[in-house]
Amino acid sequence: MEGLTLSDAEQKYYSDLFSYCDIESTKKVVVNGRVLELFRAAQLPNDVVLQIMELCGATRLGYFGRSQFYIALKLVAVAQSGFPLRVESINTVKDLPLPRFVASKNEQESRHAASYSSDSENQGSYSGVIPPPPGRGQVKKGSVTHDTVQPRTSADAQEPASPVVSPQQSPPTSPHTWRKHSRHPSGGNSERPLAGSGPFWSPFGEAQSGSSAGDAVWSGHSPPPPQENWVSFADTPPTSTLLTMHPASVQDQTTVRTVASATTAIEIRRQSSSYDDPWKITDEQRQYYVNQFKTIQPDLNGFIPGSAAKEFFTKSKLPILELSHIWELSDFDKDGALTLDEFCAAFHLVVARKNGYDLPEKLPESLMPKLIDLEDSADVGDQPGEVGYSGSPAEAPPSKSPSMPSLNQTWPELNQSSEQWETFSERSSSSQTLTQFDSNIAPADPDTAIVHPVPIRMTPSKIHMQEMELKRTGSADGYSSSDSFTSDPEQIGSNVTRQRSHSGTSPDNTAPPPPPPRPQPSHSRSSSLDMNRTFTVTTGQQQAGVVAHPPAVPPRPQPSQAPGPAVHRPVDADGLMTHTSTSPQQIPEQPNFADFSQFEVFAASNVNEEQDDEAEKHPEVLTVEKASDPASSLRVAKTDSKTEEKTAASAPANVSKGTTPLAPPPKPVRRRLKSEDELRPEVDEHTQKTGVLAAVLASQPSIPRSIGKDKKAIQASIRRNKETNTVLARLNSELQQQLKDVLEERISLEVQLEQLRPFSHL
Amino acid sequence: MAKNYPLYIRSTPTENELKFHYMVHTSLDVVDEKISAMGKALVDQRELYLGLLYPTEDYKVYGYVTNSKVKFVMVVDSSNTALRDNEIRSMFRKLHNSYTDVMCNPFYNPGDRIQSRAFDNMVTSMMIQVC
Repeated sequence: MEGLTLSDAEQKYYSDLFSYCDIESTKKVVVNGRVLELFRAAQLPNDVVLQIMELCGATRLGYFGRSQFYIALKLVAVAQSGFPLRVESINTVKDLPLPRFVASKNEQESRHAASYSSDSENQGSYSGVIPPPPGRGQVKKGSVTHDTVQPRTSADAQEPASPVVSPQQSPPTSPHTWRKHSRHPSGGNSERPLAGSGPFWSPFGEAQSGSSAGDAVWSGHSPPPPQENWVSFADTPPTSTLLTMHPASVQDQTTVRTVASATTAIEIRRQSSSYDDPWKITDEQRQYYVNQFKTIQPDLNGFIPGSAAKEFFTKSKLPILELSHIWELSDFDKDGALTLDEFCAAFHLVVARKNGYDLPEKLPESLMPKLIDLEDSADVGDQPGEVGYSGSPAEAPPSKSPSMPSLNQTWPELNQSSEQWETFSERSSSSQTLTQFDSNIAPADPDTAIVHPVPIRMTPSKIHMQEMELKRTGSADGYSSSDSFTSDPEQIGSNVTRQRSHSGTSPDNTAPPPPPPRPQPSHSRSSSLDMNRTFTVTTGQQQAGVVAHPPAVPPRPQPSQAPGPAVHRPVDADGLMTHTSTSPQQIPEQPNFADFSQFEVFAASNVNEEQDDEAEKHPEVLTVEKASDPASSLRVAKTDSKTEEKTAASAPANVSKGTTPLAPPPKPVRRRLKSEDELRPEVDEHTQKTGVLAAVLASQPSIPRSIGKDKKAIQASIRRNKETNTVLARLNSELQQQLKDVLEERISLEVQLEQLRPFSHL
Repeated sequence: MAKNYPLYIRSTPTENELKFHYMVHTSLDVVDEKISAMGKALVDQRELYLGLLYPTEDYKVYGYVTNSKVKFVMVVDSSNTALRDNEIRSMFRKLHNSYTDVMCNPFYNPGDRIQSRAFDNMVTSMMIQVC
């Protein structure tokens, strides 16, 4: 290879280009792809490019070493100047302008050409080459005007290999536009990159025809080209083309996915190659995605089922494997359906992929559903709707909306919390998660300072209470209602207040306030005295039913104890110390626990019907409790209060067992028949576990909400959810084990009974 | 039985793939036997975990079957100072979760080989953690 003498400017320029192409940082060998792009950007006919490559020895060697690269560049300059390509022309041609490459590089080169000797400018240009060009615009300013005049080989626009055409045409016609760009902040560039990719679906055939129309737009879009140019030369023109297309064809978005899109995909440049944030969705793109979403699913708050999404994205002609990966990335909540944000993310990824961008391994931050939500301008307006849809399209809104406004009125902090709550629910983006958090809140920790969980819980508890009330009125249980009415309303009230204090956590952060004044802050929602009475009654009745406090039995331990232990209960993660004092605690705990366990069950099963389910569940729980009543009453009749406590203590466990597998009542009965000693340690465990779970779950929703940090919150909540899952699974397995043990005992007992029976007959 | 083809096979660095294939296939018989022995169709996740299938030749095989009769078989070296049962269970649980995630993907046809990158990553991480 002949020795290559380069001037300083050339040397610098070439080395910059080399390092640009040297994406693997080998410093020795340049990637062929990049080099080819570069050469294509030089707007030379293909055969010339091939000839150059041959001459410089790359084809011989198979790669582009530094010297080959430099030689090639020199040859490009030679070719662009119109000189015949010869090996000797490398050194013979003096004062050769630097090789010109498309658009941005063009400016540089033209500038070089214009002021070949002015090194300072070159320096400036060099500085503009490699680093992302914040100053690009300004640098180009002067040269742009020159550029437009530069003769450009107008390669075929249709030719994918050199998609330089239309932009080439446009700059000459609107030289002034360049100047406009320079004023655009480069920060805005980051948005542009994918701007054009939005409408890339629209037939690219329009591109060429619309290039003239795009001229005006070209101005608006040139900042991105400069920026991207330095990244990949050949891409600028198509970018600008597409960008020009974009506004022009915004209305034509419906003429989407044609086979032309395949060609556009090739031609569509790596607009997303912006350094700042390639994954950001611009407003135009987002609008486009939303429109597409609407064609599939008119309800913006609804889901696109997997099959529909599959069809839609298959039209993009990407390989199934890639589509599969895109789905994995974008289906954030793994529910098999795409929400609007997930859909936008998926669409965006498809677009990027068609542009040649590799799919990321993880979903980029800007595509995460929650962030997209928050970025939405219509955030405030959307949120209530989003709450509705994220909760559950069908049932959540009615149940939630009444509670939400009332809560907003009651607690000022809910104003911000509601947004966070909605954001959070948005994040969860699935009523399933929502439900779980409902359940988490159910055994709400009054000591948490978090307000947000409260609103959710209020609704279910309210429903629960209403159900209980219905039950009470419907079923004339003599032992229950009247007695509970008469027996110490204050205590019941205190229990109620305590219970409500669980729900109305926010004001009740202080530990043990005196019981009677408690209700005011806590049940602000049910401010009327009637509700108080209702709660009183229902709670009392339920308590009576479940705990089996017959009229004869002295009422639950002192009200003074009630608030105290109540407050302690959630904190009592290590276990309920005193069983005597636990019974009143467990009474309020039971509905909570019942809610919670029910939610667990349904969270695992059904996504969209929590509201209905919990409503259904409440009566079921009550029936279970009711069924246990006769047994408990029997037992109570026979045993002392100690047993009652145990039964009370075991009631939650039984309720859990009863509800979790929805076992029939006999199980609790059998439990009670067992020896008390056996029961007690088991019950201890259960209550302990439930206490632990309650604490764990109660703390869960508070933390993400309070932090308000979207991503971390999600991750934290995911972690906690997983922990909860494992804990619950363990509990489940242990309960199952105990169930089996109990069954075995039962069988053995029955066998013994059988054995004894013949003797009795004798 | 034409339907017992593997959807996914992954082995640790020591790539005796064929040997593992063979072991997995033989263990399938044991799995089937356990399934049929279970009798009533209990949908309990605990029963899905089949436990140690059989320890032979200094490796252990663990089985796990999903509700849809998709079987997970894990073969571990006995030299791997015994992984606790809980760990195996959690690994199977993770496998199951990842598998359901793969299933959720509408582009995945049940019966295809699993090509999900997330699934691969999860499996790799698990294997690294073990070995």
